[in-house]
Amino acid sequence: MTRYVVVGTGVAGVAAIDTLRSRDCNAEITLVGDDPHGFYSRPGLAYYLTGEIPEKQLTIFTKEDWKPLNSKYVRGNATRLNPQKHQLEIGSAGTLTYDRLLLATGSVAVPSSIPGADMQGVVKLDDFDDARRIVSLARHARSAVVVGGGIIAVELVEGLKALGLKVHYFLRGERYWPNVLDENESRLLEHRLTEDGVIFHFQTETAEILGKNGKVAGIRTTKGETIRCEIVAMGIGVKARMELAKAAGLATERGILTNETMQTSDPDIFAAGDVSQVREALSGQSFMDTLWHPARETGRIAAFNMAGVSKTYKRKVAINVVRLAGVMTTIIGAVGSGIDDDLVSVARGSSETWQQLPNTISMQSNSDVNHLRLMIGEQSLLGAMVMGDQKLSWPLQDLISSNADITSIRHLLHPGAALGQIVMDFWSNLVK
Amino acid sequence: MGIELSLSNESKHREVMATGRVIPVQSRCVQCGICSFNCPIGIDVRRHAWMGEPIDDSHCLTCGECVWRCPRGALRFERTELFKREEA
Ligand SMILES: Cc1cc2nc3c(=O)[nH]c(=O)nc-3n(C[C@H](O)[C@H](O)[C@H](O)COP(=O)(O)OP(=O)(O)OC[C@H]3O[C@@H](n4cnc5c(N)ncnc54)[C@H](O)[C@@H]3O)c2cc1C
Repeated sequence: MTRYVVVGTGVAGVAAIDTLRSRDCNAEITLVGDDPHGFYSRPGLAYYLTGEIPEKQLTIFTKEDWKPLNSKYVRGNATRLNPQKHQLEIGSAGTLTYDRLLLATGSVAVPSSIPGADMQGVVKLDDFDDARRIVSLARHARSAVVVGGGIIAVELVEGLKALGLKVHYFLRGERYWPNVLDENESRLLEHRLTEDGVIFHFQTETAEILGKNGKVAGIRTTKGETIRCEIVAMGIGVKARMELAKAAGLATERGILTNETMQTSDPDIFAAGDVSQVREALSGQSFMDTLWHPARETGRIAAFNMAGVSKTYKRKVAINVVRLAGVMTTIIGAVGSGIDDDLVSVARGSSETWQQLPNTISMQSNSDVNHLRLMIGEQSLLGAMVMGDQKLSWPLQDLISSNADITSIRHLLHPGAALGQIVMDFWSNLVK
Repeated sequence: MGIELSLSNESKHREVMATGRVIPVQSRCVQCGICSFNCPIGIDVRRHAWMGEPIDDSHCLTCGECVWRCPRGALRFERTELFKREEA
């Protein structure tokens, strides 16, 4: 009987045990996790803050859903991994011996090094307890300052606003998310948030978080300005939780390095999800995503290989559909470049490929509420940004992920053309 | 026919929906559960999305609540076989 141990109760870990059980009905499967809330929707935390779902809705599986997986659950923090002995220590919960191990330990928010960041009232949005903390602090707070970039920072802004607070948003640079959005897109979102009462502070850096009796009372900027607030919410990026792997001598860079079967430098240890950094055999390039679906997919692929069924992870075009400042936004493929000063590492709900702009022409159509940007390559579309009206979201996901040959309409795509209609007609003809 | 004569936008939606079913797309779903939470008859739409299965629950009213509420555009209508030929 093969003994499988999976560390991490996130989507990568759960997808893995689901697949392991489907391949091997006799195996001994143990799931290890240190999050008291187990498996829940991390992206859903944002909707809990805005009040769109109650807390209990975040939990994904019912008891009935767990039953067929027939796995043991050990709650605890895995503290040491011994690849030679095939053993995993879980603090006081004891030691597990495995034949094959999966590390699906995810990522955590990068802590802030700003003086005062250890005070009560400084929050992040990584997990269930963080969201609970924010809701509870907001009951006794009037103002909040959000620091950071990417999706999480704006979700924090919107969540705190929905909780009734006056919200200030600090940005180091001139605009929001400059390495994924273009200037029009940043301005559109900034405008929407300003209309909702959010106060933007551009070119603003935090010098110190001020406090009283260990609780946040305000924030001081490097320009010497002071703002009173009871909450400082940070979303400056995430880092892979790879301490276990590193200490055990596995190959790591920004994440735990794996090949396309999700196998690490130890043949009996696999990694999946946010913590994994997959190296493509063909290009030799490696990449990291902090996205739900790739986490699920890598968990599934890892499990197949752990169970002896050879499968490789074929990376798909990274896509995220997200509501930012109330605007439905689809981000597909390569859309931006450069760095974002508001993030010290990759943001959650993000992909490194969004910043790898190849040779493209960017073209856009705008109206007050809707915006479309296409990244046009020689023969195919390489990326797209769809804001507002989402009619083109599906067709573009389809065209970009299938690398459809657009030669026949390439000459029609010029500034001033009705880009949306051209793309829609082209796609409709293709799928007919 | 009488209904069709007085089609408002909303009832147009309903007419289209009655001829279709809801299908989830896993690559977009983040399991937030807004769909299940808003289903007026309590279908666990999220579970269907996890399994990658269409909402083939005979109780489904195809009211569209889950489709409109999904913040990820992960649910859409598909015409059922019964009505596909009518379109051709
Ligand atoms: C607020 C928010 C918004 C997001 N928005 C989006 C979005 O719009 N779109 C999108 O695609 N993705 C989004 N994401 C990202 C997405 O949720 C993650 O990519 C996904 O959850 C990663 O899954 P995972 O299983 O790899 O890791 P995780 O979900 O992080 O799970 C890892 C688990 O391992 C446990 N663990 C770690 N180390 C140990 C140890 N040593 N011992 C025991 N247990 C351990 C952790 O407690 C955790 O439960 C968002 C995330 C957040 C927090």
